[in-house]
Amino acid sequence: MPMDWIWGLIGGLLIGAGGAVLLLGNGRVMGASGILGGLVDRSGWGNAAERAAFVIGVIATPLLMIQIFGLQADTHLTSNWFVVIAAGLLVGTGTRIANGCTSGHGVCGISRFSLRGIVATVFYILAGGLTLVLFRHILGMI
Amino acid sequence: MRVLVALLSGSLFGAGLLLSGMTDTTKVQGWLDVFGAWDPTLAFVMGGAILPMLVAWRLTTKGAPMTGGTFPDLPRPELDHRLITGSVLFGMGWGLAGLCPGPAMASLTFGGIGGLIFVLSMLAGMSFAPKLGSQLDRLAAAT
Repeated sequence: MPMDWIWGLIGGLLIGAGGAVLLLGNGRVMGASGILGGLVDRSGWGNAAERAAFVIGVIATPLLMIQIFGLQADTHLTSNWFVVIAAGLLVGTGTRIANGCTSGHGVCGISRFSLRGIVATVFYILAGGLTLVLFRHILGMI
Repeated sequence: MRVLVALLSGSLFGAGLLLSGMTDTTKVQGWLDVFGAWDPTLAFVMGGAILPMLVAWRLTTKGAPMTGGTFPDLPRPELDHRLITGSVLFGMGWGLAGLCPGPAMASLTFGGIGGLIFVLSMLAGMSFAPKLGSQLDRLAAAT
């Protein structure tokens, strides 16, 4: 297991480097839900090309790495499509209403000691933990 | 130039999500499941990601972004009902599936049909959000 922690730290440093590049390069906060959501609800069409380039980087780079380095990757996502759809809808609406997700409120918010980022992170981790415990250990659905 | 910066940022983000294991829902749910085989990896990812950002925020106190313009105007630290309600809804979905927006995008090419359904549902949710947000505002104003 400790090897997973080391990869977690290395991957985390890369995630943070991505955030630093966007902040110092373009003066933007790296929030995955905000960048994508602005394309979906048209609020971010003023800089759509930048947003699209970010999304292309996020989607294409893991594929390139898997191909080049022969990495194994699996999401182990539940095959219960009802759960998948409900979860997707909740993540999409929730992150846009809260104006941030794990990257925007979590990584970028906590690192500047933002009260909003810290409070959001506490609430989504608590809600996530309670939901998982309820559906896995009490209802036995996932 | 701004487009290239965004592409580089997204590429680093995507690479980090894959290497850190955050595209694997068992690792995310392992972190959230304190009654199961608890997996602390997510804390290492968060810690690792916060370090470069601490430095980056320090550097924004003077100067300007490389491509011009100004550093972002950050929202005043107000805790409103949107922040709380939205984060709770997001957390519920995150716990159910083990995916948040970044990893959902990063795993699109290897996440199979389920991953695609998740992303399409998430995009649908994002398109409903402005309307639902205004409804919540009215509800909050009435109570």
